[in-house]
Amino acid sequence: MIGDSRRLDALPGIGELLARMRLDPPLLFLLLLLCGVGLFVLYSASDQNQAVINGQITRLGLGMFIMVVLAQCPPDWFRQAAPWVYIAGIVMLILVLLVGDTSKGAQRWLDLGIVRFQPSEFMKLAVPLTLAAYLHQRPLPPRFKHLIWAAILLALPTALVAKQPDLGTSLLVATAGLFVLYLGGLRWRLIFLGIAAAVAAAPLLWMNMHNYQQERVLTFLNPARDPAGAGYHITQSKIAIGSGGLFGKGWLNGSQAQLKFLPESNTDFIFAVLAEEVGLLGVLLLLVLYGMIVARCLVIAVRAQDMFQRLTAGSLGLTFFVYVFVNIGMVIGILPVVGVPLPLISYGGTSIVILLAGFGILMSIHGHRKLLTS
Amino acid sequence: MFARRTALAGLGVVALIGVLGARMTFLQVQQHDYFTTRSNDNRMRVQVVAPVRGLIFDRNGVLMAENLPAYRLEIVPEQIEDMQDTIDRLSKLVEIREQDLQRFHRRLRTEPRFRGVPLRFLLSPEEVARLEVNRHHFPGVSIVAGLSRSYPVGESAAHLLGYVGSISEAELATLDESRYRGTNYIGKVGVEYSYEDQLHGEPGSRVTEANAAGRLLRELEYSAPRDGKNLYLTIDTRLQTAAEEAMGEETGAVVAIEPDSGALLALVSTPNFSPQLFVEGISHKDYTALQKHPGRPLFNRALQGQYPPGSTVKPIMALAGLETGNIAPYKKVWCPGYYMLPNSSRRYRDWKRTGHGWIDMFEAIFRSSDVYFYQLAVRLGIDEIARYGEMFNFGSRTGVDLPREKAGVMPSKDWKRAHLGQMWYPGETLNSVIGQGYFNTTPLQLAHATALIARRGKGFRPRVLHAMEDPSSGSIDPAVSTPVPEIKLKDPGNWDLVIKAMTDVVHHPRGTGGRAAVGVKYKIAGKTGTSQVAGLKQDEAKAPSLDKVPRHLRDHALFIAFAPVENPKIAVAVLVEHGGGGGAMAAPIARKVLDAYMLPRMGDDSEPPL
Repeated sequence: MIGDSRRLDALPGIGELLARMRLDPPLLFLLLLLCGVGLFVLYSASDQNQAVINGQITRLGLGMFIMVVLAQCPPDWFRQAAPWVYIAGIVMLILVLLVGDTSKGAQRWLDLGIVRFQPSEFMKLAVPLTLAAYLHQRPLPPRFKHLIWAAILLALPTALVAKQPDLGTSLLVATAGLFVLYLGGLRWRLIFLGIAAAVAAAPLLWMNMHNYQQERVLTFLNPARDPAGAGYHITQSKIAIGSGGLFGKGWLNGSQAQLKFLPESNTDFIFAVLAEEVGLLGVLLLLVLYGMIVARCLVIAVRAQDMFQRLTAGSLGLTFFVYVFVNIGMVIGILPVVGVPLPLISYGGTSIVILLAGFGILMSIHGHRKLLTS
Repeated sequence: MFARRTALAGLGVVALIGVLGARMTFLQVQQHDYFTTRSNDNRMRVQVVAPVRGLIFDRNGVLMAENLPAYRLEIVPEQIEDMQDTIDRLSKLVEIREQDLQRFHRRLRTEPRFRGVPLRFLLSPEEVARLEVNRHHFPGVSIVAGLSRSYPVGESAAHLLGYVGSISEAELATLDESRYRGTNYIGKVGVEYSYEDQLHGEPGSRVTEANAAGRLLRELEYSAPRDGKNLYLTIDTRLQTAAEEAMGEETGAVVAIEPDSGALLALVSTPNFSPQLFVEGISHKDYTALQKHPGRPLFNRALQGQYPPGSTVKPIMALAGLETGNIAPYKKVWCPGYYMLPNSSRRYRDWKRTGHGWIDMFEAIFRSSDVYFYQLAVRLGIDEIARYGEMFNFGSRTGVDLPREKAGVMPSKDWKRAHLGQMWYPGETLNSVIGQGYFNTTPLQLAHATALIARRGKGFRPRVLHAMEDPSSGSIDPAVSTPVPEIKLKDPGNWDLVIKAMTDVVHHPRGTGGRAAVGVKYKIAGKTGTSQVAGLKQDEAKAPSLDKVPRHLRDHALFIAFAPVENPKIAVAVLVEHGGGGGAMAAPIARKVLDAYMLPRMGDDSEPPL
């Protein structure tokens, strides 16, 4: 199913329609399934609050609309627009630092009058697109001078986001760019050199971290350190997950979530709600679902017809997985607490729209293939 | 190139999903039980439901201790803006003592902010009314109903019943905390103390689900408490009251026993006190007043007062003489009013300075000759005296089901060596035989010994428990009488001789207990006793007359009795501290107690028999 859409031939009408709309049926089906599941989880996690569900449906609808619109655009448009989008993103990041709204001690929001907007989320798309566009016509594996430029393109937004401060998002922005370089064939010795440099720079990074960030890392290393304070989230999250067991406590029946022992249960920690209520079986099904989506993205990347499209599709798919892994890893206590939502399930605006926009670009890449021979 | 990198990344994705799956399996399968416990600990709040304390009745079902609705004042901290201001304003409506405030502030620190903390217990109806009227001025302040111990018989039987009071730190350290969670009171003395276990019952529990803020949402589980057992005492409140009235203003004790069972019919210690003071948490002032009261009202004389039994032990000494062949009952002995040990010039005086003349054993008892018994004492020796005294339980606790009973002293050579480290002197044998010197008994021991005489050596351990009732099933569990070792005489006829002499004490025209016989319609056997508080000088020819001696140096008046002689139903011991002569002071009191018991049974009174 992932590799082949022809099985939908049983429904020629719908298959025809989707093909004309340049929508990839397997990816669309998987995304709709994920969003549907997400709404159920959110309904439970938000104390059966219909307003929250309505808000989420609105956002999903907006995201889907953008996805469909972007799917209609030829992939070349993205390549050509990438530098301008990148520049616009950098400008917005600078604006955020100057005039942004403060929320939870960090300046992340830009109020555009109609919508409040997180430019850092925007950069999650802009950075891989720009890097892919930059490497598109250049020899691969990239030459050294091209790498220097690529590194600058990557470092600038990363630094600006980190400055907000939003370490988690800045690392994710950087990751999206690094995936482009990796897929572009960056030499292994440079990759290992980079990893070694990162490890060497870790103390430097530590010293430049804010107190609350250091706190999170320390708490991650030893959750018992401060069970009432910083460790509370992760402790309650593990209790929720562990008590869910194999089959879970049943939808709407998770005591950790329903009785509010679990903090941030409808945003960053929504995975714990799912794990508590549907158990290990539900969790494994969700992991399979995410895995299939990533796999479909990688298939699209491999079948893509030019380097920009390949690098973009591959990077977007892998970045999507990184979001999943970082969020779940945080919730189950194998990664420090960083503010990364569970893709397409957590309650929250910008993230959903940006993710679906990314899938729109993937659909465009797949839908605009010119078949050489049939 | 690109495809290879993508495939490699795909493998990485699969591996990382594997990591997540493995970690999830570890949390949700291996550690499932642990986290289930943690989760339940989070959400479940166990509240203790305190059992209702058992009621106490007398043998006829007259209520002696009950639980009355009581109102307490509680404050919910989170609803109060200015705590000091609220307390200041409340103190204008109800009395708030320093100790109330201390307790309140202590609890305030430990209780969650949304839970009511009691400020005052046992509000009076007036205080409740005043608070109700002003309720709208006090958001967050509420009047809560509960149960509080109450003693409808008032001061009567205070020593016997005892009282409950707030659990002290020391008690908290020793008791089973799980049984007392939710309970504020515990029995301190008396029946409330000795039957604490049964009266208390077993707490139940309520498991409720709470959210993260600690608010209780719904009940998950409820197990009802097992309320404390209701106790029926062997005490007859009518007899108890009659005995208390008979004592009047005198300080002392009355113990009445049913010889057939060991059941205590009355247990009086005067002066009384109000047990209710202790339930409410006695104020410093009231407590000091009780402590400084010259009559020491908190002292339970019936069980803890140890007095020389005086001449009341003479019937038992006579029995020893008869059994050992040292007395021929009808043989007359010369009583000149004093006695001298062989090879000694010291005169041991009779209470009657002029002597009793020629007397036999009966006269020696009913006229209470000391000299007769001095002669007997020399023949018996102290150890034989002690042996017989111990048969009647002197020197050891009766084992009554009441706390802090004293054992008294049955002196002997061994006792003196062990306790005083001294050798025994022959003169002390003379003191012992007339119940003086080191000899000490409690009024309860005297009543018990009297019951043993009445039943000719057969007897039961004294007890106050008549029956226990399970309040839920209503099933009644009667208390069982425990026999004490029977006193077996070589010649059982000796019982009759001694009882005959005791009957003469009351009914013979010259008997010392004649005051108990005035107008009596049934036969009483008794014995007077007058125990010396201050020793007389050996050559003082005549005891100074009663009203010339300061009260605290006057003799204790004692009287023991049982009735009816033919078929004893009640045995009594009366002690009046510093009351002077036993015949004059104690015998009339004993008679009133006996009348209160006997007359209704003889159809002589409109009241039904007890």
